[in-house]
Formats: sequence, structure tokens, C-alpha cells
Amino acid sequence: MTDLQQRHQHLQKRYAAERRFKAYGLAAIIFALGFLAIMLVTITVSAIPAFTQTYIKLNVEFDQKVIDKSGERNVVEMRKSDFQKIIRQGIYDLFPEVTKRKAKKKLKTLLSSEAGYHISSALLSGDKPDLGFIDTKREIWVKSSDDVDSFIKGFINRDIDEDKRRIKDNQITWIDQLQADGRLERRFNWDFFIFADSRSPEDAGIRGAVVGSFFTLLITLVLSFPLGVLAAVYLEEFSKPSKITDFIEVNINNLAAVPSIVFGLLGLALFLNFFNMPRSAPLVGGMVLSLMTLPTIIITTRAALKSVPPSIREAALGIGASKMQTILHHVLPLAMPGALTGAIIGMARALGETAPLLMIGMVAFIVDIPQGVTDPATVLPVQIYIWADSPERAFQAKMSAAILVLLFFLVVMNAIAVMLRRRYERRW
Amino acid sequence: MSYLTLLIILFGLIVAGYQIGQRRAKAVKPKLNSKLPEHKLHSLPGFHGAYVALWCGIPSFILMFVWLFLEPNILSLLLEKQLGEQISGMADGKVELLKSSIRRAAENSQFPVDTALLAVVESYKNIQNQANIAGMVLIVSAAIIGLLISQRNIAQRFMARHKVEYIFAVIMLLSSLVAVLTTFGVVVSLVFETIRFFDHVSVSEFLFGLHWSPQIALRADQVASSGSFGAVPIFAGTLLITFIAMLIAVPIGLFSAIYMSEYASPKFRNIAKPLLEILAGIPTVVYGFFAALSVAPLMRGWGFELGLEISSESALAAGLVMGVMIIPFVSSLSDDVINAVPQTMRDGSYALGATRGETIKLVLLPAALPGIVSSVLLATSRAIGETMIVVMAAGLAANLTANPFQAVTTVTVQILTLLVGDQEFDSPKTLAAFALGFVLFIITLGLNILALKVVNKYREKYD
Amino acid sequence: MSENKIANKYQVRDVNVFYGDKQALFNIEVDVLENQVTALIGPSGCGKSTLLRCLNRMNDVIDVCKISGDILLDGQDIYSKKIDVVELRARVGMVFQKPNPFPKSIYDNVVYGPKIHGMIEHKSDGDEIVETSLKRAGLWEEVKDRLDSPGTGLSGGQQQRLCIARAIAVSPEVILMDEPCSALDPIATARIEELIDELKEKFTIVIVTHSMQQAARVSQKTAFFHLGKLVEFGDTDQIFTNPHNQQTQDYITGRYG
Ligand SMILES: Nc1ncnc2c1ncn2[C@@H]1O[C@H](COP(=O)(O)OP(=O)(O)OP(=O)(O)O)[C@@H](O)[C@H]1O
Ligand SMILES: [Mg+2]
Repeated sequence: MTDLQQRHQHLQKRYAAERRFKAYGLAAIIFALGFLAIMLVTITVSAIPAFTQTYIKLNVEFDQKVIDKSGERNVVEMRKSDFQKIIRQGIYDLFPEVTKRKAKKKLKTLLSSEAGYHISSALLSGDKPDLGFIDTKREIWVKSSDDVDSFIKGFINRDIDEDKRRIKDNQITWIDQLQADGRLERRFNWDFFIFADSRSPEDAGIRGAVVGSFFTLLITLVLSFPLGVLAAVYLEEFSKPSKITDFIEVNINNLAAVPSIVFGLLGLALFLNFFNMPRSAPLVGGMVLSLMTLPTIIITTRAALKSVPPSIREAALGIGASKMQTILHHVLPLAMPGALTGAIIGMARALGETAPLLMIGMVAFIVDIPQGVTDPATVLPVQIYIWADSPERAFQAKMSAAILVLLFFLVVMNAIAVMLRRRYERRW
Repeated sequence: MSYLTLLIILFGLIVAGYQIGQRRAKAVKPKLNSKLPEHKLHSLPGFHGAYVALWCGIPSFILMFVWLFLEPNILSLLLEKQLGEQISGMADGKVELLKSSIRRAAENSQFPVDTALLAVVESYKNIQNQANIAGMVLIVSAAIIGLLISQRNIAQRFMARHKVEYIFAVIMLLSSLVAVLTTFGVVVSLVFETIRFFDHVSVSEFLFGLHWSPQIALRADQVASSGSFGAVPIFAGTLLITFIAMLIAVPIGLFSAIYMSEYASPKFRNIAKPLLEILAGIPTVVYGFFAALSVAPLMRGWGFELGLEISSESALAAGLVMGVMIIPFVSSLSDDVINAVPQTMRDGSYALGATRGETIKLVLLPAALPGIVSSVLLATSRAIGETMIVVMAAGLAANLTANPFQAVTTVTVQILTLLVGDQEFDSPKTLAAFALGFVLFIITLGLNILALKVVNKYREKYD
Repeated sequence: MSENKIANKYQVRDVNVFYGDKQALFNIEVDVLENQVTALIGPSGCGKSTLLRCLNRMNDVIDVCKISGDILLDGQDIYSKKIDVVELRARVGMVFQKPNPFPKSIYDNVVYGPKIHGMIEHKSDGDEIVETSLKRAGLWEEVKDRLDSPGTGLSGGQQQRLCIARAIAVSPEVILMDEPCSALDPIATARIEELIDELKEKFTIVIVTHSMQQAARVSQKTAFFHLGKLVEFGDTDQIFTNPHNQQTQDYITGRYG
């Protein structure tokens, strides 16, 4: 009887241990996935503010004395004139009671310091812009400064000590006044997608980084895809087992595990210092990344080639196709979806790669959208890194938004890879 | 304009070569209906065309790249000759400056130069033009000569297919050598710069020194304040963060793998596995952002409440986030090896009345151990080489400490900070980055090779 | 070639084949006569496929495979340096054990060989070749309305006939068949056997088979192999009714394992 009880107890214990063991497993998965979820939610939430921007409605007098001093209506000259001044005047006019120099200075910082520039480029675009606005008074919307924007979005608490916040008491009164008059509006921030980087957060956009990423990946693809496929075909179909082939293979496998920063060192020492290639250029970035992507493409293409059944090769050889014809006409087309999948996965990884690009100087502050592969450029992940270093609160939202854009591209690329695999997966 | 036109001309010649080869091959085809191979065209006309096109294209393109590297040097030499006595006795740097301003003046007429130099600029422009034309003529005539010579070979029994395929095979071989060249390039550049570094700093100081502050003299004459390069704090910091990361990644990754392969329903597995793999696909800069802006402040806050002093760049935050990033590396590799354990071993254990958990602990894990060890080694190598998370979340302070609440720095962080930004290439500061890179390369390579060895041993056991 | 004697298509002289250190064929001597069907029979692993693959140098693909001796096709050594394998294989077609159509359309399957051998100058040439080859392979009626559908979508027997059509499309002189019916049902097998009978009017055929009945039905000459050695070679009638060798006797009567 006691013996049976003992055994029963023992069994109970074993089952309890079993349940615990299983629970640990589940807990591990929940932890990992929970972390993922929290991270994505945090980023999404903190990205939301970046998609809107506060605008202020002003009545602006387009005074000819300021914007066309010579009176010649010379557009080129006019573009150089001080539009910010007339816009500043616009906000002074709204608050005539503000007269002290110090207070006026505070007042004008409600506006984005680039607002004048944007107004002038909007009005004076093209060769023959309509100049009818000169010496008229018009109602226009201009961007607010990032501090006003942050305040409107609730990131600046009006209840804390005045000298601890970036918006002062008098500014708050003005903002409240503007809001009461219906002169403040939050709009969708298209500029985020059209502009390149800028020192002022309200003007910073990701277009430059996206274009830079595009050029960089283009170079990466153009270099690594043909090289990788050719190398894979050689290793899989032509090479005879030998010491050299083994050596090449070991090399490729090890290359896949080399930390990315080491590739950055290679790019710096070899491409920049030895070959004197341009710094910060997508060309060099693409070359470095293609060396990193090469192993991935070679390995996946070889797997795809391996999965083409030998009977196809025999069939082609049997009718008198040469080896090269057999491979080009039959084997490679069948392996192509696999190779493309590998290429896309490699590209996705290259798109998220940061460290080696920092080292070849793609971290520079660049306000122009690159036009070619030798122009200085930055890429999306580097842009995120740059913004992470900036003190302004508004950049944090920009950075989160840029991460969302980056993740969006990654999701698209991986979805294409999965689709390719599903569609062309063949069972022989 | 010149290179674009050159490319267009070359491209045109290549197409023409293809056409000529094909035409000529078609023309020599008298006895089509004879069955004897001796009377047939050996290769398809297309191969003859490709043969001519290759002979037209390859030499001229090689020549073009050689010229691309040679031309600036030749021009520079000619320019020096021009300047003659004007530069005799000048410092090298000044000569370079002068030459570059002449070059820019030749490119852009607005560029301001000394009026005395205008004549030189003019003649430099001339020389440049002549060199340009000479190069073009050289390259184009190489293409034409290649075309003319190769098309004469075309004949009925000419083995154009063999030649073309041989060239392709060579191109393929060269492509597969790129990977080897890359490794070679990595090793050479690292070793070269590291040796130069050790001209400034002794090996023992670097490997065993306890003090790291690579700050270099701000002015050239400020020799005394050249930094100290004892890398031990950096190695220790790297180890600390890697250790924390593995402390997270190994148990969680392993338990996830076990649950996935032994307990989870296929449906759960099909959803959870790809989700876990997403963790590996997220760019590290995103983790870095999350670590620096969410995890680190959170930890600091918690620490504050518990009365602990946690630095805002603590090793703990960086290590934790890095650990999460590494989880899928451990879990998916471990999953594979656990699945590879033969079903018969499981059946044997169940038949003895063991529970699942007991089977896993006493049978599966010991059997899969080598595979798991190798996956942990690979994950460690990842963690050591990881850059962005630590750059953004760990600090620059080279503290020698084992306290996870303090800020430490890592090899990768130091490499990056030493090299980003402008720098001259000869200072020990920048060379130190290469020495660190070399250490990093050796260690990750070693871990990788070790992991492969372990896994191969394991394979032998089951094959 | 003399008038009343059938010409020798293949002369296999003292052929030894090695896979690495392992010898697969020993001193083989066989003559294959023009416009006849020669059957190679023998237990599994005796080297039939090996010999067959030597006849169009398909063994070149296998790195470890080494061959000595001479194989003459129309009196010319096919292993000599002067021979281009690609041209050789255009003259000597091959049909494999498992039907292996390319994963392309029926039309493309047949037209591929003629294309790479430069037999097509206009599209109409291709159409003509496809039609005559499919007709000759007895597949035309079944597929003429769906030449664009993939060859892999046909039934096993149809696929095998497609492979035969593909082989004869390049107008070879010899067709090698390695157990062409082993993956087929009896009806499909019967169709292929009929086809072989018709094809021998134009082509010389060498066939490997495990079916004694098939060998007896379709072939004029039979070679019996055992453990890499040629045990007996002669007229099919004689081998099956009156074998000289005891091993042959045992094998064809099914007393062999
Ligand atoms: N690629 C190869 N590598 C090594 N040995 C081989 C290879 N192909 C065949 N062999 C060996 O050569 C011998 C003859 O093989 P072969 O395929 O010619 O036999 P077979 O008569 O065709 O058999 P089956 O009737 O089963 O098809 C066998 O012992 C086989 O193991
Ligand atoms: Mg066989």
C-alpha cells in the first residue's frame, strides 16, 4: 500500500516536472515574441507624430522692397532675397502688441527658419513664374518651428518650470491665441517623404536616404548577382573536387560569418585609401555590400542548382547539348527562382546594413538628393543612426518613422521572396 | 562625354562583330544535307558570332580599365615635366596642391588661378585632350584588330563553340575566385595596417595594457599627449556584453527550440517559427534604437527605484537587447539538430516509460549536444561582431569592470568611433582600429571554424 | 560494306571500364549491326548501363569513370581526340529508364535538339521536324492539339514516347535505350515495343532490358552479361532456344537469383 502511494507520489512529481519543463519552453517563446511585439509597437507609436506637421496661417505682405530690391523682376535675383523677412513681418503683424526686441525674437522663433525658403521656391519655381503676388497681401500657411510642433503634439508640458522647457510662457500665450483664431493646423507631413535630411527637424525627410539606399542596392545587385550565380554554377557544375575547390568553399562559408564591420575596414583600406574611390558614394557602399552578399547568393544558388534533378541534365546531354548549353538552357532557368530568392534575401540584409557604410563615410550630413552612384549619399539605416544622435525631440519621431519605412521595404522584399519560393517550388 | 561615347562605340563594334561572325559562318555551309560531321559546320553560327564579339570586347575592355588607371598618372608626369623648374625645390605637398589647382582650372574656366599659370593650364588642356584621343584610338583599334583577326578564323570545322564555352568557363572560375580575393583583401589590409600600428605601440602594451584612451595630440607638435592603447578594457567590455547576451539567448533560444520541435502543434510551429525568425531579419540599427531610447532609460528607472546606480549606457541594456537579437540564431540551429536526432532514439526512451521532458533532457539533448554547442559558438561569434546595438546603446568609456550596470565599450564600438569622421591615415589612432579589427576577425573566424569542426564530428556520428 | 552482309555499326573491342578502383566491365567485345535491335541483358549491376553509356560517351560526365579499349562507330574510334562528343551524341541518341522530358512545352522538347544542332533555319523547319518525329514516335495523334502544353503533363507512356520523339528529332543513326519500359504499364510497354520494331527500319537500336520476353520479342541479337563480363553474345533466337553457356541458360529460364 505505502509502496504504491510512494510510486504514485513519485509519478506526480515527474508529471509536475514535465509540466514545468513545457511551461519554460512556452515562456521562452512568449518572451521572444513579446519583446518583438513591444519593440514594434513602441516604434510605431513613437513614429506617429512624424507624419503630421503644424502649420501657421499668416497674412503676408509681399513687399517689393524686400523681395525684388532692384525692381527688375529678375527671378534669379529674387530667389536670393530674404523671404523669411516678410514672413517674420507676417507674424509680427498678428501680434502688434509685441514690441520689445527680445519678445519679438521669441515670437519669430515660432516659425520654421526655412519657411521663407520654401515659400520662395514654391512661388518662384520654373522659368517664368507668375509674379502677380508682388506687392499684394496674401493669406498663406507656413510651417511652424519644431518646438511649436512638439508643443502642439503634447511633448512639451506647459505645467513644468519655464526654464526647463523649450517653449516659454509668452510663446504659449501666442500659440494659444493662434489656436483660438484657427490659425494653427496639423497636416499630413508629405515633406517627410520628399525632402532629404536637414538640420531643422521640421524639414528633415527620408527621400535622400531612400534614394541613396536605392543606388547602393542597385550597385550591390548588379555586382553580386551575376558574380554569385556564375561562381555557384562553376562550383556546382564545373569544378572537380580538389584542394582548390575545397579552399574556395571554405572561404565562402567563412566569409558569410565575418562581421560586417570588417568589410567596412576592407572598404576603407582598399577602396578608399588604395584605389582612391570617392567617400560617401553609393558606388563604394554597393561594392562593400556586394562582397558581403556574395556568399549568401552563392550558397542559395548552389542549393537551387543541386535541387535540379540529374535526369534533366542527362536528357539534354543525351541529345547532344554541350555542358554549357545544358546548364544555360535547362539547369539554370530551373534554378533561377531559387537564385532570385537568395538575391532578394541578400538584398534585404544589405538594406539593413549600417556599420560598414558608416566606415566608408556614408554618415556625412547630406542635404542633397543624390543623382548618381558617385554622389555623396546616405542610406536609410544610417539616416536612422544619424537622427538617433540628434538632441531634438522631433528627430526621435522622424527616426521611428524612418524605421517604419525601412521595415516596410524589408517586409515587401521578404514577401516577394516567399512568393517566388511558393510559386516556383517544384517537387520532382 | 568621352567614356560614354567610347562605350557606345565599343558596344557597336561588339554587335557588329557578332553579326559578322554569324554571317561568315552561315556563308561557309555548303553541304547541309551531308550526314558526315566533317561536312557540317562544327558550331552554330551564333557561336561564331559570339567568338568574334568576345575577341572584340574582352581585350578592349581590359585595355580600357588599364588606361583608366594609367591615364591620370601619365598626365601627372607630363604636367610635372611642363612645370619643370617652377617646382624644383618645392615641397611635395605644395606640388600636389599646384597640380590639382591646374587640373581644376583646366576643367572649369571659372576656377581662379595665377595668371602666370594660364599658359600651363592651356597646354595641360592640350595634353589632356591628346591623351584622351590617344586612349580612345588605342582602345577602339584594339577592338577592331580583335574583330578582324578573329573573324578570319571562321571556317567549317572551326570549333567556335569550344572556344566560347572555354572563355565562359574561365569567367565563371574568376567569379568564384572573387570570394577568395575578398578574404585575401581582408587579411592583407588588416595585417598590413596592424603591423604599422605595432610600429607605434608594442604588441604587449596593446594586448595586456589596462588603459585605453586613444586621444591623440591635437597639434602635430604635441607629442607628449599621444594616447595609450591597452586594449584589455575593450576586450573585457566585449566579453561582458557578449556574456550577458548569451545569458539571454542560450536558455531562451534553446527552450524555444525544444518547445517548437517536441511540444508545439504543427499549427503553432508554423506561426511561431517564422515570427521568431523575424527577430533575425530586423536591422540591427533598429535594435540599437530600441536599446538606447527605450530599454536603457527603463532600466535606469528601475534601478533608481531599487536604489541601484545604473548607467544610461549600461552593459546590461546593450547585452539584453543583443541577446534577443541572437535568440533566433540559437533557436533555429538548435531546432534543426534536435530534429535530426533519429526518431528511434525517442521511441526507445518512450518505450521505457520516460516522459517527454525526461526524454528531452536525458536522450535528445545529450545526443544533440554537439550541434547545440556549435550553434552557441556561431551565435557568440555573431554577438562579438555585432556593431550597431553597442554603438548606440553601449558607451565609449573604456571601463575595466565586471559590473553590468556600468558603461563599458566594445571592440566594434571602438573601431567605428576611431574611424568615422575625417582622419589622416597614419596616426596610431586610426591604425589601432585595424589592429582591433584584426583581433575581431581572428576571433570570429576561430569560433566559426570551431563550430564547423564540432558539427562535422556530430555528423559523422549519425551518418 | 559488302552487299549482302549487314554492316557493322559499332565495334566494341576489348573494353574495360573502371569507376575509380572498381572495375565494372571486363574485356568486352560486341558488334552492333546496322538496322538491327541489339538487346543487352543480365542481372542487376552487371554493367549493361555502363556499356550503353560508353556508346555515346555519357560516362564522360562521371569524373571517376575511366575506360580503356576501342569503341568504333562506322570504323572510327569515338574516344579519339578528333571526335566532338556533342556531334557524337547527335549521331547517337539516348532514351532513359525514367521518362525525363524537359519541363517545357511538347513542341520545345522535340525541337530543342534540332535547334542546338543547327538543323533549323526557319520556323517551318521546326514545325516539320516536330510533326514527323512525333508521328514516328506514335504520339502525334494524341498531342497534336496541345503542342504548347508542358511535356511533364503527359502520362508516363506518353512521356517516354515524347523522349523517343525528342531523340529521333535530331535524325540520329543509333538510338540507345536503357530499360525504356521499366516505368511503364503493359499497354504502354506494348506500344513502345511496336515502336522499336518500326524504328529499326531507319535506326540502329541498342536496348537494355530486364524482361526476357521483351528481349526475345524486339531484338535480333542478344548479349548476356554477368558481373561485368560478356558471357554470351549471339542471335536472339539462338540465345533463347539454345544457349551455349550454362549461366545464360539459368538466367533466361529464371533459375538465376
Ligand atoms: N557512377 C558510378 N560510380 C561508381 N560506380 C558505379 C557508377 N555507376 C555504376 N557503378 C557500378 O558499376 C557497376 C555496373 O553498373 P550498371 O549501372 O552498369 O549496372 P546495370 O547492369 O545497368 O544494372 P541495372 O540493371 O540495375 O540497371 C555496378 O556495380 C555499379 O555499382
Ligand atoms: Mg542500368
